[in-house]
Amino acid sequence: MAINESLAQASNIMVYGAMTTLTGAMGAFAISLAKGRRIETLEESAERATSASHQVRMGSTATLDRPAVSTAIVTEDGRGEGRRAGNIGMSLTWLSAIFTGAAIIFRGLSAHRLPWGNMYEFSIAAGFGVLIAYCVMSLKRDLRWLGMFIVMPVLLDLGLAITVLYTESAQLVPALNSYWLAIHVTAAMVCLGSFAIGAALSVLYLVAERVESNIANGEAPGRLGPLAQRLPSSDRLDLMAYRIHAFMFPLWTFAVIAGSIWAEAAWGRYWGWDPKETWAFITWVIYAAYLHARATVGWRGRKAAFVAIAGFAAIMFNYFIVNMFVSGLHSYSGLN
Amino acid sequence: MSVMKQIVAYARWMWRSLTSMRTALFLLFLLAIASVPGSLFPQRGTSPLKVTQYLRDHPKSGPLLDRFHMFDVFASPWFAAIYILLFISLTGCVLPRTLIHWKELRSQPPVAPRNLGRLPAHESWTSNNVDGAIDGVAKAWSQRGWRVRTGESWVAAERGYARETGNLLFHLALLLVLLAIGSGSALGTKGTVLVREGSGFANNITQYDTFTPGRAFNTSTMAPFSFQLKKFFATYQLGGMQNGAPREFYADVAVKNAPASEARNVRIEVNKPLRIEGSSVYLVGHGYAPEFTVKNALGQVVWKDSAIFLPQDGNFTSTGVVKAPDSVPQIGIQAFFLPTAAVDMTQGPHSTYPAPMDPMVFMSVWTGDLGLDSGTPQSVYRLDTTRMTKVGLEKLKPGETYQLPKGQGSVTFDGYKEWASFSITHDPGKGWALGAGMFAIVGLSLSLLVPRRRAWLRITTSTNGATLVEVAGLSKTETPGLVTEISELARTARTYAPEVLHGD
Ligand code: HEM
Repeated sequence: MAINESLAQASNIMVYGAMTTLTGAMGAFAISLAKGRRIETLEESAERATSASHQVRMGSTATLDRPAVSTAIVTEDGRGEGRRAGNIGMSLTWLSAIFTGAAIIFRGLSAHRLPWGNMYEFSIAAGFGVLIAYCVMSLKRDLRWLGMFIVMPVLLDLGLAITVLYTESAQLVPALNSYWLAIHVTAAMVCLGSFAIGAALSVLYLVAERVESNIANGEAPGRLGPLAQRLPSSDRLDLMAYRIHAFMFPLWTFAVIAGSIWAEAAWGRYWGWDPKETWAFITWVIYAAYLHARATVGWRGRKAAFVAIAGFAAIMFNYFIVNMFVSGLHSYSGLN
Repeated sequence: MSVMKQIVAYARWMWRSLTSMRTALFLLFLLAIASVPGSLFPQRGTSPLKVTQYLRDHPKSGPLLDRFHMFDVFASPWFAAIYILLFISLTGCVLPRTLIHWKELRSQPPVAPRNLGRLPAHESWTSNNVDGAIDGVAKAWSQRGWRVRTGESWVAAERGYARETGNLLFHLALLLVLLAIGSGSALGTKGTVLVREGSGFANNITQYDTFTPGRAFNTSTMAPFSFQLKKFFATYQLGGMQNGAPREFYADVAVKNAPASEARNVRIEVNKPLRIEGSSVYLVGHGYAPEFTVKNALGQVVWKDSAIFLPQDGNFTSTGVVKAPDSVPQIGIQAFFLPTAAVDMTQGPHSTYPAPMDPMVFMSVWTGDLGLDSGTPQSVYRLDTTRMTKVGLEKLKPGETYQLPKGQGSVTFDGYKEWASFSITHDPGKGWALGAGMFAIVGLSLSLLVPRRRAWLRITTSTNGATLVEVAGLSKTETPGLVTEISELARTARTYAPEVLHGD
């Protein structure tokens, strides 16, 4: 079937639209970070306390003699300008998610297929994955402080997509025409989006942890002090990062298995150590190591955060370096 | 200490270190790092030609890298050492945990701590009627999926045992995946074959172009299926930036499960292999096989068939040869087949589109001695012209004939067939690996998503006669929702020990 050019055009316009709203959101979140404060709900502080005491309890039966939870730090609610800016940022992020979603739908309609067949399309889908994961997570809790660290990378991703990776809308080469591939890529995109947020949280954890330990040692908070002030406590950041990774790791495992089911149907072997497969394996092992690290004495906290960041670095390596510079069977970048 | 004792102590220390979490972590990192060179250097398993090329380009470092198995990382002894150690560690880790978990599954929830008010989730109220509350609450909580234990004035509850069960299941499933992969590659086979339209293939070793059996493979296990290629189809993108990109291709074959069984028609497509008798047949490539009729000086037909030509580029500029050994002198043809023909100064004859929109052959015809009797095996795709002379060059469209000069005979380009290449694999471990993979996902989901929690209810009657009801809980894991869940439990408890509201 022929390509519907005007729909393809509409898709591109949506991407530009999303980039515009993302730029706005970035500005708004920057203001909110500079002026705002955040509060911690009761549920959050209870959970943070659970997490903080978890370390003590690992391996043994519960030891319950520890300080009461009521000492949890509850910062005051943000007021005025900062709060308003945060809300604007949040709304613009929702709008960007809708624009990227529309870009994906138009692109799919223009070629009459699922619109993830080349790197350009993957990048748009990944951006959408990050935005929608963030928006959905923000429904249940106040995540305005995180906004800046979400919209900035997504803007970068979309910018890269539309300039460097851009590929005209077209039909698929036969090897990509499989519903297992659609399942595999969808699962991988959701994971990629969530792991990106997990990595952002891990970086912020390192910031908060550094500042907190400076203060605990009686030193000055340091250059990162002002940023850490806007963030939740390091314990809470660590807990959030862990939950995202723990929640997504089974899905990532599924994504790898779905990929190998597709590889079996397309190439006659379910695992062949193609560079792309090798890096999916490496990523999987690093995240398994992260989950182990959090259960290993002496590895919780800073070291575990580095492992999580390494996991995301492996995903990025697989996506950019392997797709574009290492040749293998997975040649779908659409670039030549 | 006797030597024996020392050895035992040392062995114990070794075992404990090997099965510690720290070692598991270290081995996981090692496994990740060890895989990296496998993605950066060409590997024999996937691209043997590139390995040869690399060794030629790097005469110094190449052999050194080869010594360290850098070109077959995933089959190397040191890679195997890492994952075998990891799996020994895993077994040593999982077995004792299974025993502990087995005991835990049959044990009672622990009694309430002294001070419930210190737990992360806590509610309390005064009640004036707690008759039968302990039994009522125990029953209600138990219906919500908690394991409960009661005392005179308290209820203890725990839930989430499935978490540890899932964790053990997951680690066990990993072992199964490894076993399935290993046994599949030892018992299985891989092979390729190239078939022209109208020709067939039967599943025995002699009919394969290439064949790689597993270490424990046994010929008698080969299923006697066969198929005939009836027609091959391909379509390509026309116009646009991706002009000529493949869009669809498939092969229609007539399949027999056994020599005596009835043939049935099947379409093999990319992503849709033929599954037959435990084997899978994949369509992996295709090309053209032009048909020629070669006549000698007397006008007798000395050769009439299609010849397999191999594609040289994405537009199927294809090359091949025809050898007619039965004529005197022998005739040989070297030719290009171009599905959409074009000629220019720099590229010579070449094809500009993969589909046969304007098919043509460009050929050079030779006579003399083909060299087939010399005893050394010859490639069917190459003409040895050392003892031959070129008699002419010609380009032909389908149906056209080239009369060789001096009445030496003629060559007619009759038309063309297509050929398809198939990869045929037999991997008995495949289904097991998939099953184990599914188990791993289920185990993992339980292990990471099921919350393990404890909750207590305690009724205290103080000296002034007021009755205090406390409900509290803690999470043994970092799953969200503790406060909500405990307040649900408290709400249930309130129906059995109603709260005295102020003003009553
Ligand atoms: C093939 C290598 C292995 C992989 C891919 C792997 C993967 C995982 C994963 C993904 C988890 C997370 C589940 C959870 O946190 O509940 C986990 C947990 C765990 N693994 Fe492994 N594992 C491996 C080997 C081992 C070994 C060798 C040991 C023993 C030393 C081990 C002991 C554990 C333990 C004790 C947990 C539970 C941690 C907790 O309580 O949070 N694993 N493993």
